[in-house]
Amino acid sequence: MTHPEPKYDSFVATVASAKATRRQFIKGVIASGAAVSGAAYLAGCSGGGAGGAGVERMLMLTVNGMQRTVDVLPNETLAMTLRYKLNLTGTKLGCDRGECGACTVLVDDVPSYSCSMLTHAIRGRSITTIEGLEQPDGTLHPVQQAMIDELGPQCGFCTPGQVMSAVGLLKVNANPTRDQVRHALSGNLCRCGAYDNYLNSVMRVAQMAQGA
Amino acid sequence: MDLIGKNFTPPDVRAKVTGSAKYSEDFRPEGMLFCKLLTSTMPHARVLSVDASEALAMPGVEGILRASEVPPSPAPQDPILTDEPMFVGDPILAIAAVDEATAADALEKIRVEYEPLEFTVDPLESLYPGGKNARTDGNVGNAGRVENIKWTAQDFASVPEGQLPFGRATSEWSYGDVDAAFAAADLVLDETFVTQGISHNSMEPRSCMAYWQNGKCYLHTSSQSGSFPIPTAARYIGIPPEELVFIAEFCGGGFGSKGGAYPIQAVPALLSKKLNNRPVMLRITRHEEFFIGSARHGFQGRIRMGFRRDGKLTAADLFVVQEHGPYAGFNDYQSAAEAVSIVYTPTTMRFRGIPVMTNTPPRGPQRGPGQNQIAMAVEPLIDKAARQLGVDALEIRRINAPDSNWRYGGQQGGLTSAYLREALEKGAAAFNYAARAARNGERNGSKVRATAIGQAYHSAGFRGLDGLVVITPEGKLNIHTGVGNLGTYSHTSTARVAAEVLKMTWENCEVVRGDSSRHLPWNMGQFGSNTSFTMTRSNWAAAEDARHKLLEIAATDLGGDVSEYEIGGERVFKRENPEQFLTYAQAARRAIELGGKYDAHEVANELNPLTKTSAAGVAGTGLVGVAQDRLGGTSNVPALAAGFIEIELDVETGKYQILDYMGVADCGTVMHPQGLDTQIKGGAVMGFGLAGYERHIFDPQNGLPGNINFLGAKPPSYLDVPPQMTTAAVELEDPDNPIGAKGIGEPVQGCAAAALLCAISTALGGHVFNRAPVLPDMIVNAAAGRTPSHKPLQVNTA
Repeated sequence: MTHPEPKYDSFVATVASAKATRRQFIKGVIASGAAVSGAAYLAGCSGGGAGGAGVERMLMLTVNGMQRTVDVLPNETLAMTLRYKLNLTGTKLGCDRGECGACTVLVDDVPSYSCSMLTHAIRGRSITTIEGLEQPDGTLHPVQQAMIDELGPQCGFCTPGQVMSAVGLLKVNANPTRDQVRHALSGNLCRCGAYDNYLNSVMRVAQMAQGA
Repeated sequence: MDLIGKNFTPPDVRAKVTGSAKYSEDFRPEGMLFCKLLTSTMPHARVLSVDASEALAMPGVEGILRASEVPPSPAPQDPILTDEPMFVGDPILAIAAVDEATAADALEKIRVEYEPLEFTVDPLESLYPGGKNARTDGNVGNAGRVENIKWTAQDFASVPEGQLPFGRATSEWSYGDVDAAFAAADLVLDETFVTQGISHNSMEPRSCMAYWQNGKCYLHTSSQSGSFPIPTAARYIGIPPEELVFIAEFCGGGFGSKGGAYPIQAVPALLSKKLNNRPVMLRITRHEEFFIGSARHGFQGRIRMGFRRDGKLTAADLFVVQEHGPYAGFNDYQSAAEAVSIVYTPTTMRFRGIPVMTNTPPRGPQRGPGQNQIAMAVEPLIDKAARQLGVDALEIRRINAPDSNWRYGGQQGGLTSAYLREALEKGAAAFNYAARAARNGERNGSKVRATAIGQAYHSAGFRGLDGLVVITPEGKLNIHTGVGNLGTYSHTSTARVAAEVLKMTWENCEVVRGDSSRHLPWNMGQFGSNTSFTMTRSNWAAAEDARHKLLEIAATDLGGDVSEYEIGGERVFKRENPEQFLTYAQAARRAIELGGKYDAHEVANELNPLTKTSAAGVAGTGLVGVAQDRLGGTSNVPALAAGFIEIELDVETGKYQILDYMGVADCGTVMHPQGLDTQIKGGAVMGFGLAGYERHIFDPQNGLPGNINFLGAKPPSYLDVPPQMTTAAVELEDPDNPIGAKGIGEPVQGCAAAALLCAISTALGGHVFNRAPVLPDMIVNAAAGRTPSHKPLQVNTA
């Protein structure tokens, strides 16, 4: 049985400690004109400024099952593309440096911190955001519905990320234990401390799936 | 009651789970500019010169905002921008550009010349003779003014190293003969303690966006409160409140840091005005949020406690030096004293305190400001006294718990209702406390089991605020509320009181909130655990006003006296003959025809100006109930909570696991069971962080912060807290509230923090730490009998 490993610790080594360091790095990306996928954890800030040489800026992205053509800067993170180019503002920026998980989206069904991936690095992959879960007829994803029923959110700011991590987990493990859910969601911080209610929500979905 | 005490689906929760909820950084008006802040790199300095010429010449840079251009804030109020920054991260200026990267690039082209000034990050050091001051005008902030106070060499020499001297205080009170009570006490404890400063770390940084349109300023902002911040935010921008449209439908957490207006909200508004009303977005980064996002006051304190043989606390003598930050700060130290007097009912008590300024991030109230710090300091001492007296830890708390007749503090004020003893008893039974505590100290290899109790208090209610409801010609009830949206859902749970009074079906009600152009009444801010008490009273008053108007209209139209009518089924009808009735829709139409007070063309004079403006906004749209809460009463409304915890602590690693936790609330009538449950648990999570690891780290030599990110500040994650917790409530009504409710949001954190600290000491065989947080290295040192790595009064330690 597999489920996504906790993301929090894996970012320990890559958290930029100072603003200057981070900006210097991003400038490096601009100067090199390349979006280096291996370095995606470190990158991520707003677009604009100088354009890199030799990089195709018009990208075709698959977001929530739709093909979207977007003008993407070489140093642009997926979170910025989603929020500021595609107006998908359900993906939140809590820290913009891979610590809190508010920006979690699914990339090929795997929960990923969109603040820490360069959009150029995920060409050709399928992105699902919180806006992509609701059915056209208004039916919510079972995780979303359970979070309403269990009163999962408090302030709600971390909720989209929590939902996406839970959806990602259930795709690979439809019948998780409470402890497995806890680990799968541990990369999503909640300052309101609504962890217990979020866990109840995901367990409700898992139990319903077993009953069905 | 049909609605109160039942769960409901909050109207805003679907938007939260679908991502359609718009927080302040989610708005995108046409032509929006971005601005960025230039912040101080020094803990205290004077800006001698700024050369922004190169930056302003860059393509895409639109303008700059300097401290000289913003409305002044009289010292020691927090400034909007400043040329005398008082902490690393203090905003000096803002620059606007067509996009954020351009603004960031422009910042790097600005040359700032600083003159470094003396600074301090340790309050006690500032009180030394010749100690450094955080501000050029002094080092002590008290009651809105700054003084220069030093303690004498004699003060410091009069106590052993590591004990807090009782130097000059700026705030003090006492009741009873404290010295005589100490002399007669069977046990006296005298303990020096430290509690830490910590950032609020709300998940949503305080981003804001503003523009001007037709003479009004539209401010999208992150706020705990709906109407309360408007006058102050307008003052920051320099406009009358009626010219500000304050939009804060969602708020990504505040914990006290977004309760009222805060200065940085003015920056995009002022830049927008300067730049031809173009919308300006100020996206606050996590880094910046650490600096300007507020922080809890730290304490360097000392408490003497005198006990009678049976455990009764007969004397308390509390002294608190408050780490105040550089600006206005909050009165945590005074609230701490009040909490001691209420939670432990000392027969006699003296309090002295002094807030000493430091060049660290500005302070403000953080969930249980003062009460929760002191719970962490005192609860382990209650256990220590219990051990020395041979009294059970539950029993000593029962003996000292307040009842509703207790009079507290220097003013000997009263309480509306206090059921802490009942909370302790209910929790002890449900948690199976006695059986678990009997296993205290049980070893399993290097692991030790411990069960403990924590308690906390916060005042939880205000009076005299306004309510506004409208019965529309369609027969719907609109409940207007200025309560914010910080995640407690009390905007709706308190609104349901109006529906209850008017016997409405909930499906026919709408909660109108989140945007001041929707005509919001003057409400207290959503802080201080007060909303449940305060706003049920206001909404009750407004709904009662509407009910009277319904009866009067029916009597006018259908004949007879008002007393012959009653309401039910969304009709007003004659009691003797229910076939003589008006529907609410008909009554609303008649209210519009009658005008005057019925449709708010005339309103009571005592209403707040903001409510009057809002009432004018809805005038003529239906039958309007608008009233000030005049239900009376003057006593303090105490929210009390008890937490029960069981941990297993590894003495070899200093790591512990919280095996189980139960929080019990004395919050009067439970209005919204699911909401209460999530508050108790969420408060406990925040409490575990407060007790166990969250803290500020500052380098005393350079005044630089050492942990500005989440990883360093370490708010609790899923893996730091128990996977499941339980909750309960005393469910005894508060007599000063029409439905018996009072608040609870804050003490549910403090009791959990205190319980964890008590359990850690219990696992180590007795009282060990006079300090929060207690980190694993402290535990390992203590278990091995080694000296702690910090001095007793040292602050901001790693």
